[in-house]
Amino acid sequence: MQLQINGQATQINATTLDELISELELPRESLVVEHNSQIVRQQQWAQTRLSQDDVLELLSFVGGG
Amino acid sequence: MSDTALTLGEKTFTNRLFTGTGKFAANSQIPQMLAASGSEMITVALRRIDLTSETENILNFIPNTVTLLPNTSGARTAEQAVRVARIAREAGCGNFIKIEVITDSKYLMPDNYETLKATEILAEEGFVVLPYVLPDLPLAKRLESAGAAAIMPLGAPIGTNRGLETKPLLAMLIENCSVPVIVDAGIGLPSQAAAAMEMGADAVLVNTAIATARDPEVMGQAFDLAVRAGRAAYLAESAETSLTARASSPLTGFLD
Repeated sequence: MQLQINGQATQINATTLDELISELELPRESLVVEHNSQIVRQQQWAQTRLSQDDVLELLSFVGGG
Repeated sequence: MSDTALTLGEKTFTNRLFTGTGKFAANSQIPQMLAASGSEMITVALRRIDLTSETENILNFIPNTVTLLPNTSGARTAEQAVRVARIAREAGCGNFIKIEVITDSKYLMPDNYETLKATEILAEEGFVVLPYVLPDLPLAKRLESAGAAAIMPLGAPIGTNRGLETKPLLAMLIENCSVPVIVDAGIGLPSQAAAAMEMGADAVLVNTAIATARDPEVMGQAFDLAVRAGRAAYLAESAETSLTARASSPLTGFLD
């Protein structure tokens, strides 16, 4: 299905957020996820089901002043 | 010298130099700088991850004894700043937030109006709100009423290292604010940090001047010393200035 990930239309096979993070090989410990404008904590990634056209923001902390 | 600790929210800070994580040549310099400077609070930013390459987790370079101060950089409106703050808290970074709302990319001047709106919302939600602003006394009083934990006025534009160009305006805030005043942005040298502390600033926040020094570790230490010196001078209450000389030695001639 197609999702909007960080502003880009992206084709994925995963059906849950947890599967998506594995599919994209993302670093789990530092990842902050917003799913359709809702922040999803790591414990809820496996239960969070994805649907066509969902909007995901995948964020992390970086250096800043 | 007896001094009281600086209290922000429920935390107390004995070191009055706050630092940032931006612009270091290598993240491994950050823990060295923190150890050398004794800084007890450091800023971080939140951004979209790069899906195509692996990056280091900045949080791994910050000891857990140091308080994280996430900023809302990248926000152009109060609404965006509120969103960043909520995400940062949810991500486990505590409830401190530096509000930074900037629409001007040339001078990176903070938008005081949007910053006030974000402060009102976030203070209500229990955040320890540290708004980064232009030093404007009526605005500072409004921020206080809105529940800001401190006011963070700029000395000069971000990253310019030009020092306390806003000095008379900073003095008005320091004299009249009932919450702590933390001079943020523009401080380029330890002597400028000392000057801010001598004036009675409660703390300073320094990023660029430390991170882009050839040796950030030693510069962190230099800033620590300067902030301590300036604070001690403030507490000691400096002597008066005069246009005419006032002899330190007896005025009589040598053999009179």
